[in-house]
Amino acid sequence: MDMKVSKKLGLKERYTMMTRDLAWDTTFQPMDKVFPQVGYEGIKIHDWDQWEDPFRLTMDAYWKYQAEKERKLYAILDAFNQNNGHLSVTDARYMNVLKLFLGSTPPLELMAARGFSMVARQMVGAGPRVACMMQSVDEYRHFQTQIHSISNYNRFYNGMDEFAHQQSRMWYLADGKSFFDDAITAGPFEFMVAIGFAFEYVLTNILFVPFISGAAYNGDMAAMTVGFSAQSDEARHMTLGLECIKFMLEQDPDNLPIVQRWIDKWTWRGTRKLASVGMMMDYMLPKRIMSFKEAWEIYFEQNGSALFNDLARYGVKVPKCFAQTIEEKEHITHQSWIGFYMKPDACPFHTWIPAPDELDWLSEKYPNTFDKYYRPVLEHFDRQEKAGNRFNNKTQPMNCQVCVSTIKFNEPGDPMEMCFRETVYKGEKFHFCSDHCKEIFEDEPEKYVQTFISSHAALQGKCEPDGTDVNAHDYRPGARMHAYWRMDKRAAGDFNGSEDQKNFAQWRDQATKN
Amino acid sequence: MTSNAFIAFQKNEETRCIVEAIVDDNPDAVVVDQPAMVKVDVPGRLVIRRTTVEEKMGRDFDLQELQLHLITISGHLDESDDEFVLSWQS
Repeated sequence: MDMKVSKKLGLKERYTMMTRDLAWDTTFQPMDKVFPQVGYEGIKIHDWDQWEDPFRLTMDAYWKYQAEKERKLYAILDAFNQNNGHLSVTDARYMNVLKLFLGSTPPLELMAARGFSMVARQMVGAGPRVACMMQSVDEYRHFQTQIHSISNYNRFYNGMDEFAHQQSRMWYLADGKSFFDDAITAGPFEFMVAIGFAFEYVLTNILFVPFISGAAYNGDMAAMTVGFSAQSDEARHMTLGLECIKFMLEQDPDNLPIVQRWIDKWTWRGTRKLASVGMMMDYMLPKRIMSFKEAWEIYFEQNGSALFNDLARYGVKVPKCFAQTIEEKEHITHQSWIGFYMKPDACPFHTWIPAPDELDWLSEKYPNTFDKYYRPVLEHFDRQEKAGNRFNNKTQPMNCQVCVSTIKFNEPGDPMEMCFRETVYKGEKFHFCSDHCKEIFEDEPEKYVQTFISSHAALQGKCEPDGTDVNAHDYRPGARMHAYWRMDKRAAGDFNGSEDQKNFAQWRDQATKN
Repeated sequence: MTSNAFIAFQKNEETRCIVEAIVDDNPDAVVVDQPAMVKVDVPGRLVIRRTTVEEKMGRDFDLQELQLHLITISGHLDESDDEFVLSWQS
């Protein structure tokens, strides 16, 4: 008997079957009533079928590969923890990288998961809906695995357990929080540019590639495996962001000015967020792998230019901030680290003055700026610290109304002058770190007047631990910030002399002797 | 100047074969070794061919298995059963 064997479907056919044949147009209600959000931002779409997800991942393949990634991740994590992993990092200063990462990154992954769930519901085409849903599941995975991988360190080192409480309250975590708050309260297309393009394409390349390669170099197998596992999804995510930009530009020429404004805005917002990531690479990894400047050149200047040159055929121009970011790459990480060092009572991680060989590394990597502007400051602080006069800025920082970074970066063209801008809206004065943030505010003032800035709100008596009587005659606003932050004081201030430093030395000693 | 398309992988036994296949199929490929990872730059267009990877590995290979090892990519992607292509038009 002859049996007719049907040929297995090819990848493109399988993907088309899933995203086209399984989708339908609604009939009980008109499509524009079911999907109203895609019309709010002024983006014109004529044919959703033109959206092609280049990864063409079907559900069965998605679950299969994601499950394998998880098995691999946990095999490594288990082995690392079973092998005294908490003692195998280069030195205990490294732990502070994880403290900063834990407060700043997993909560944003969770926001990304929420955002992509929303956008998956709001998009009309089945292609983007499926891709957004997969991305949402990925982001949940990142959120959970990042926390899980760091949880073993939490058993041994101080300052990691209140990251979820601190995320929306701590002054220095506000830049990331505001990035996602801004994106998720925009429409679906702007969200895709904000996260898919600026966050995934510009930011995660620098966060997860050189920084995680650095974690590997510093003996942190847990962060390495979780970082690489997350980044294996990011390649898919950045492709989705890029596809969305191309799709908007191809659908209607009227979309160009809207998309351009988003590219300008979100490239700048991404850049501001990167200052603290760069600081980790330049100052906090005991064993350095590359400078932030070098990473910026590879992943933003070269890789970003490749993208903008490619998009030029649609009329897209390089973002307005491009030249300023190139000037700033030699400054921002130094300004950030000095800023954190100056506030030893206000961060649940330690700071230190780099060792002489580390200062030399910075001089070599930043020949135009480090010796001229920053080394003298660090050496001055070092002398003061040794003389028992450790610098301690106890005031609340001033934050930018848009990016919520502390206002500390320099005036373009003048590294000795701090950049500061202000504008008046409806009789109230608002402050900014840069011309770009001021312009973003002026485009949508009604949105940004609502920005929550804890360091400003504290002075109005709005950031107090439970039970505080703000009407008491001796009440002083901001005096109980540590309790409001739930800050572990053991984790704050100088690394030298800290409990983490002592424990690490003692435990490592015990691990190699009987 | 032609922009580089690139791909980066975690460094492991499978990706050693994949990188060898890329180098065979892309004469202009430049391999950059970094701690725990490997990055391959190719001006303009980077192609990964299933058959070449299979020769290097000595087994069947589904190009979507790349997902397990990927760290990052640059370029517009076109993926089929036989080829995984990253390219810039400019």
